[in-house]
Amino acid sequence: MLLQVIASGVLMGFVYALVAIGLTLIWGVMDIINFAHGEFLMISMYTVFWMYTLLKFDPFVSLPVAALLIFVISYLTYKIIIKRVIDAPGLTALLATFGLSLFIRNLAQFLWSPDYRFVTTSLVADKKITMGPVIIGLPQMAAAMGSIIMTVLVFYFIQKTKTGRAIQATALDRDTAKLMGIDTEKVYAITFGISGACVGVAGALMATFFPVYPESGALYSLLAFVIVALGGFGNIKGALYGGIIIGLAEALGGFAFGTQFKYAVVFLIYLLVIQVRPKGLFGW
Amino acid sequence: MMKKMKFHPLLVIFFVILILPFINDNINFHHIMIMFLIYAGLGEAWNIITGFAGQTSFGHAAFFGIGAYTSTVLFYRMHISPWAGMILGILLATLVAAVVSYPCFKLKGHYFAIATLAIAEIIKQIFISWEYVEGATGISIPVMDEGILNMQFHTSKIPYFLIAFAIFSIAVLTAHYIEQNKMGFYLKAIREGGDAAEAIGIDTVKYKLFAMMISAALSAAFGTLYAQYILYIDPFMVFTMDVSMKIVLLTVLGGLGSIYGPIIGAAILIPLSEYTRIFLGGTGKGVDLIIFGALIVAVACFEPEGILGIFKKGQRKKRGVDYARATT
Repeated sequence: MLLQVIASGVLMGFVYALVAIGLTLIWGVMDIINFAHGEFLMISMYTVFWMYTLLKFDPFVSLPVAALLIFVISYLTYKIIIKRVIDAPGLTALLATFGLSLFIRNLAQFLWSPDYRFVTTSLVADKKITMGPVIIGLPQMAAAMGSIIMTVLVFYFIQKTKTGRAIQATALDRDTAKLMGIDTEKVYAITFGISGACVGVAGALMATFFPVYPESGALYSLLAFVIVALGGFGNIKGALYGGIIIGLAEALGGFAFGTQFKYAVVFLIYLLVIQVRPKGLFGW
Repeated sequence: MMKKMKFHPLLVIFFVILILPFINDNINFHHIMIMFLIYAGLGEAWNIITGFAGQTSFGHAAFFGIGAYTSTVLFYRMHISPWAGMILGILLATLVAAVVSYPCFKLKGHYFAIATLAIAEIIKQIFISWEYVEGATGISIPVMDEGILNMQFHTSKIPYFLIAFAIFSIAVLTAHYIEQNKMGFYLKAIREGGDAAEAIGIDTVKYKLFAMMISAALSAAFGTLYAQYILYIDPFMVFTMDVSMKIVLLTVLGGLGSIYGPIIGAAILIPLSEYTRIFLGGTGKGVDLIIFGALIVAVACFEPEGILGIFKKGQRKKRGVDYARATT
């Protein structure tokens, strides 16, 4: 039973990590908290749902479409909104992203009602894998696998490609990066886009086993904030480990103290870790 | 002479707010005035720790909720007057603020903000599962005889308005007093650079702690009033992140770090959300928040210093934007 809990906790952890990586990229590169991150996740889930309902597309066929769509939405969000507030004083950027999140969430409620909707059939629906005492739903397994692949891709992109190095340079020192001939405007827009692609993939994977409704992104963005802070802002590796720790804490906390306390356990772990490492596990 | 001049705008604002409900007798308008005073006052309280001291709190709903729950539980279980409950709520919120924020003050920037968010969520979870306070079902405050002792008024909203106005005035004057005195300068020094403030001999932890405790105390007072006014509370109403964020939004919308900011922000935000709710009601669910969200984005994009920035800009004409950029 304990093994079962640990396994499902770790699997969810990988998905949470992917959501958090999207958030931490923006946070690290431009020091902006994107409160609309969870709403991007929700749009991705709705994209998969509507493609499934109207066109009978399997979620795994819709996945690249959702990822691309959220990439574009995210990119445009930077170009239209974030660009104007990035140099503003104080909490103005927060105001903009929070306003955007309110707008998107309530627009979704207005257009599609607050009802819970489900993607009932997919390649992986209702299938289970049995490994000794542990039984894992195939949707969760696929979501974890998909998240790991996307995480590796993003990590590779940031570490190895020219654009990725430009992103790193801009995160370290924007003005110097500019002097080196890096188009920081473009770097910011692309970073926002990649962040969107991360939640786009995560949302599409989660739609196979979570209900889709206007508030569905809110909880995961809250968890993502904690994961990002736990790992250290702007740190992809931190977000990955943070995601797994939070996934485990959620599963084990729910198992030990009852489901109503599982998020209290999650938040408590953050508060404890931060006492020892005030800048997160991997922050400096 | 200068000091006297500075008092003027506040007196005018107080006077206008005070006479408005007596000019317009509409019951919806009275409701909006009460909500306006509660949220503007909460904004003032939040401004002390975040606007002045630069410690972003995303968890002020916790103090608001503690104020609401303390008086309500005492009234519901032991029939203790909400006034006594209000005082106990203030003390309890101040204590909680001191205990939970002290270990967090070594955290910087966003790490602190996320910690306040986490603390508020934990407190919410505790109240949801706590049977003595009726958990997730919430408490309906027993309807008693109208009167000041029970803090319940059934025939008119004016007494609620006057109590709200009194607490609001205390909040504004407290913020004003802090801003004008030594503590305000210390807090601003901490905001502009914690290490530098420490280096010139300011006990940064002590002043941050004071600011947080004062802020929590004021928030709790509004919590009691809100509970007595609505006559029903549950954890999802008072401890929710929505309340915390509404306080943040209206203050930043109006102008962060200014005592006029929360008043301007609440004067725009509260009528907008309450009137759209009254007129569009159940049919247009969410329409108020769609408009509201778009408006916030627009203000953030075009007026990065908040609505107050428009007034400031008048003074420095077109160079305003350059100035805002240069100061970051």
